[in-house]
Amino acid sequence: MVSASATTTSDPIAHTFAALAEQRRKALVAYITAGHPDRARSLALIRAIVRAGADIIEVGVPFSDPLADGPTIQASSQTALANGMTFDGALDLIGEAAVDVPMVVFTYLNPLLAAGKDALDRAARAGASGLLLTDLPVGADPEREARIAAGPLAFIRLVAPTTPADRMADIARHGSGFVYLISRLGVTGARDDIAADLPATIARLRSAASLPICVGFGIARPEEAVAIGRLADGIAVGSALVRHAEESVDAAAAFVASLRAALDADVRR
Amino acid sequence: MTIVERQDRFGVFGGRYVPETLVPALDQLAEEYDRAMADSGFRAELNSLLCTYVGRPSSLSDAPRFSELVGAPVYLKREDLNHTGAHKINNTVGQAMLARRMGKRRIIAETGAGQHGVATATVCARFGLECVVYMGEEDMRRQALNVFRMKLMGAEVRPVTSGTRTLKDATSEAIRDWVTNVTDSHYIIGSVVGPAPYPRIVRDLQSVIGTEARAQMLERAGRLPATVVACVGGGSNAMGIFHAFVPDREVELVGVEAAGEGLETERHSASLSRGTPGVLHGSLSYLLQDEHGQVHPAHSISAGLDYPGVGPEHSHLKDSGRATYVSVTDAQALDGFQTLSRLEGIIPALETAHAVAWVASRRGRWAEDAPVLICVSGRGDKDVTQVSEILAAADA
Repeated sequence: MVSASATTTSDPIAHTFAALAEQRRKALVAYITAGHPDRARSLALIRAIVRAGADIIEVGVPFSDPLADGPTIQASSQTALANGMTFDGALDLIGEAAVDVPMVVFTYLNPLLAAGKDALDRAARAGASGLLLTDLPVGADPEREARIAAGPLAFIRLVAPTTPADRMADIARHGSGFVYLISRLGVTGARDDIAADLPATIARLRSAASLPICVGFGIARPEEAVAIGRLADGIAVGSALVRHAEESVDAAAAFVASLRAALDADVRR
Repeated sequence: MTIVERQDRFGVFGGRYVPETLVPALDQLAEEYDRAMADSGFRAELNSLLCTYVGRPSSLSDAPRFSELVGAPVYLKREDLNHTGAHKINNTVGQAMLARRMGKRRIIAETGAGQHGVATATVCARFGLECVVYMGEEDMRRQALNVFRMKLMGAEVRPVTSGTRTLKDATSEAIRDWVTNVTDSHYIIGSVVGPAPYPRIVRDLQSVIGTEARAQMLERAGRLPATVVACVGGGSNAMGIFHAFVPDREVELVGVEAAGEGLETERHSASLSRGTPGVLHGSLSYLLQDEHGQVHPAHSISAGLDYPGVGPEHSHLKDSGRATYVSVTDAQALDGFQTLSRLEGIIPALETAHAVAWVASRRGRWAEDAPVLICVSGRGDKDVTQVSEILAAADA
């Protein structure tokens, strides 16, 4: 459960988690790659998956060398770059989508560095609420991390199955919004099972962090969403959604709706 | 917060920009490496292997006819005479010993020209470790002989078909494997690149080149070289030979990058000459990239220099002015390849040929008694098929 201290009304992400906790529902965090399959369809996708029940949207700014990503998101990033997508292009998309759920800019450090010193202010003005960087672990660059934390966006940090308990506490202390728990070793991508040590990892993280916990990497089916939703405050879905998006906007929306229904049905039971 | 040690950076460059999953493994590696280097037994075994298995110390050769061309005495540090034919094995021997010390039985490596892949496959055979080498599909075509050598020694070579299908993407793929198998696998990175502590570890393990060469120069020439020259892709042979000379302020250090089809074109690998600081493969360093922070594909005739980044310590040596970085085109490197073969009976690797070509083109730059030291990072046997095809096409 989300503790009351994690709630501040000025932060849309905290507000979302507080509202969900009140309804005893789980957060559904959905990732799309900006500019994939093309700009028009990623705009339609954002609106469609919000209607289908996503609580938070992660908008991926593509990077040429996504070393934390598996084949699905690598390919979507290549497509998006070929379509001319950029950091500011993704912000335009966020602004134009104008949806009423929090939007998180999800990317690697290098495109953010290239976007200049006021990049996060521009992101906030476009309507983004959070930032997630896959290759800036806590403690790697304290000055830069402090500048980001002092900026206008919630700074969502990642925890891995390999993270020791004392480091989990460090990570939670230096993050905001929620903690993104990587469910398993490896890169992003749909898998057929849930990591066996996940419940133990969540329990360790729970005792180290008061922020809400969302679990991602490898979730592809409603059953997995339900199983993880019983342990965490939310689930994040990426590669599986990108694959559906490749098929059609409707297929992606139907997939999100199926996860939403499964998560909500489990709570009601 | 985890304290980031000063030794994780070279000036502002370096660092550890990696997925969270790898952070504990990098912590473990740094600790285990420092413990190993403080362990006299570890150092003794490493030295013994370098002598009896690698064939160190490597020779320092005079180059009388090449010296005549240059107008100054040129000395060649012969890393091409090492077992497996290049400097790469200095690093892989030490890292395989580290892997064994950490109880990791599976080794991952990336390779461009194939020399690092071969050097890794070699030590894995020697230590009985499982070995997986990632190699760009394009490089597998260019370096088919090295692919066979790796397989012969029991390594699995996995073709990389993403992105540019060269060293950059092979490195990304190797890191993805490591993220997935980090508990039982050690990643032997092949150059002074990647997240801390790798640039420091690889530099230390390669510094034997410069330590030997410095003593050999004092003995043979009776003085330090005026200039030390080495090719730079990621930059491990260059850091290896530079390191011992860095405190000798009177010794000029020159790194030679690949200018490919020309610095004025988009087709080169000159990260230090033409790049801007950015983050790739876990560290902040000079990088070929566009204004949006997307990494620009590199090009070089030599697969080993075909990399858009460079080791962070080189970025620091450049910005601090301690080293100078120049570049040489594909065509000039081909000339250097032939010149050293014809004048000295030494066929250099195409990578090394860049350093050779730069010195050859600078006749009159040095006083006639000022010694020039070139690092012959590897032998050119792997390149003869490619070069013969290019020369035949040029004749046609």
